[in-house]
Amino acid sequence: MTTLRGFWRSKTKAAPAAETPRILNTTETAVIPPTALIPIDLDIAPNDPLLAYIRQNPAVFDAAQLKLDSPAVAAMRQAGVRLPLVSQGELIGLINLGQRLSDQEYSSDDYRLMNDLATQAAPALRIAQLVQQQKLEAVERERIAQELRVARLIQQTLLPQELPALAGWGVSSYYQPARAVVGDFYDFLYFPDGKVGFIVADVTDKGVPAALVMATTRTLLRAAAERLEAPGAVLARTNDVLVQEIPPKMFVTCFYAVLDPATGHLRYANAGHDVPYHHTGQGVVELRATGMPLGLMPGMAYDEKETTLAPGDYVLLYSDGLVEAHNPARGMFGFPRLQSLLSTHADGATLHHFLLAELAAFTGPAWEQEDDVTLVTMQREGAVNSEQLTVNSHPVEFEIPSAPGNERLAMARVAEVVGDLLPASRLEKLKTAVAEATMNAMEHGNLYDPDKPARLKVFVEEAPTSTGSVRVTITDQGGGKPLQPAATPDLEAKLAGEQSPRGWGLFLIQAMVDEMHVHQDDQHHTIELVMHLADDHA
Amino acid sequence: MVEKKAVFMAKTKLAEETAVILMLGEINQDTDDALMTAYADAAAMQPAAITLDFSEVDYINSTGIALIVGLLAKARAAHIPLTAVGLSPHYREIFTITRLSDFIQIQ
Repeated sequence: MTTLRGFWRSKTKAAPAAETPRILNTTETAVIPPTALIPIDLDIAPNDPLLAYIRQNPAVFDAAQLKLDSPAVAAMRQAGVRLPLVSQGELIGLINLGQRLSDQEYSSDDYRLMNDLATQAAPALRIAQLVQQQKLEAVERERIAQELRVARLIQQTLLPQELPALAGWGVSSYYQPARAVVGDFYDFLYFPDGKVGFIVADVTDKGVPAALVMATTRTLLRAAAERLEAPGAVLARTNDVLVQEIPPKMFVTCFYAVLDPATGHLRYANAGHDVPYHHTGQGVVELRATGMPLGLMPGMAYDEKETTLAPGDYVLLYSDGLVEAHNPARGMFGFPRLQSLLSTHADGATLHHFLLAELAAFTGPAWEQEDDVTLVTMQREGAVNSEQLTVNSHPVEFEIPSAPGNERLAMARVAEVVGDLLPASRLEKLKTAVAEATMNAMEHGNLYDPDKPARLKVFVEEAPTSTGSVRVTITDQGGGKPLQPAATPDLEAKLAGEQSPRGWGLFLIQAMVDEMHVHQDDQHHTIELVMHLADDHA
Repeated sequence: MVEKKAVFMAKTKLAEETAVILMLGEINQDTDDALMTAYADAAAMQPAAITLDFSEVDYINSTGIALIVGLLAKARAAHIPLTAVGLSPHYREIFTITRLSDFIQIQ
């Protein structure tokens, strides 16, 4: 529906400049006595024949004489509107004329004048409309950004500030919000008998509404858990209250478990949340328990199950941001991949790091995180490797401005992060590989453009006696072109002048590290360098 | 943090029929002229051999390797044997990996 708003001049003799055409624009009201004006809105249906007529005849017409079966023309006839303002085939306004006070017809000169006026006025009015529209859009963008800030703030105040400190247990959590989504939360509840409740939940929807539902759900869960012990009963109670509070079409998936740290006994119930995994000495087991998401229907019952964590076992709670992450080929990370990764990883302390590295390798460097990623792990200490490293739980990331010689900055930073995790000789090799990869990124990828830095990430993973590793990724911004293959340079041919003396970079990198992987997308190349921590490759 | 711009110097001296090129700093893309001038000086001494002294070199990148390949090609064309001294274990390994050690005697 096209709505043209304007002011209609009444036909009183007292009105000034009675024969001057007036543009229907609210900004002109100041020059016309308000008493002489009646506001009108003219609604034109999208299928009104007038619109087609105007596209073909973008000129003055006289509504009184136009023979068109059009509700809009009928309305104009009453109002006396004659002159359409058309810009790029679109009707954007009308100039409104009443009868001449002399009751004579408008002359052909008058029409010519009006046509000229319309031709000038239409584009100017269009520009004004576009500017107005842009302003509104900017306000809207700012409103959305502001809403997201509020949502994040609400969420940050809700997430636990501290991890449970339980003798004989290692608990870790990781939370990474997506840019435009806020929906996950987790919580720890402490009971007087020493038991600890673990909650991981995901609210459908995003922004402030999701954050408010999150806050409500958290409060309801806490209140229910205070009065009720059984996880199934806590979810049922929360559901019954939430269903009355929650906006339509929103719901909350939630896994709730109560751990007895003294025995490793874990009771749990699930309201439609992604099924957690229990890593045992015999393999990885799903913690299945059926139940509908919270907030959909009242009177739901929740299955309650139990298990016991033996020394060395861990349980991973997580949200769909991990398993539903996509790679550039639109493949999904998926549950089978997660389960098989868990089966290779026994150390809960480094689990998040390991999974995030695998996620990064899966999605590639250009990934824009689609949904919040939440990970909560509880591990019973005991049978795991006692020589655990203190691992930097996030990759150390930095940028190196693209300029000749700056690869030495990259070498120095990587050496700083890796420290004595690698024996000196292997650290030298890693440094050389980092230098060569950074040079390639700065020179060939970024063409030494100072505005395009090389980006480096250093990951330290796992314990020294198992499959631990130092992983360095170097990313440029020169994607598209394939990297030259790391062929073995032919020294004889080079000495004979048959081959350029250059071309050693990738060959050297490969020779220096235990593993080298190349990832590429439209914008970037990423070289991934891996050095195993176990010193059996030296 | 390494802030200094790459610096390289080469000095040449003759000792018992052997010209020694003493290098300091980094062997990289900026080294080309200085290294080739040093080689030309050394070759002009008409030595029986040329020794490259790396003991004051703290960094050689792949461009530096390419320069050494170029220098080696010239020396071979002039039938002057090359020897390398003062290489760190790391760069000794790189000379092995690149097979430069097949053509340059490493001491």
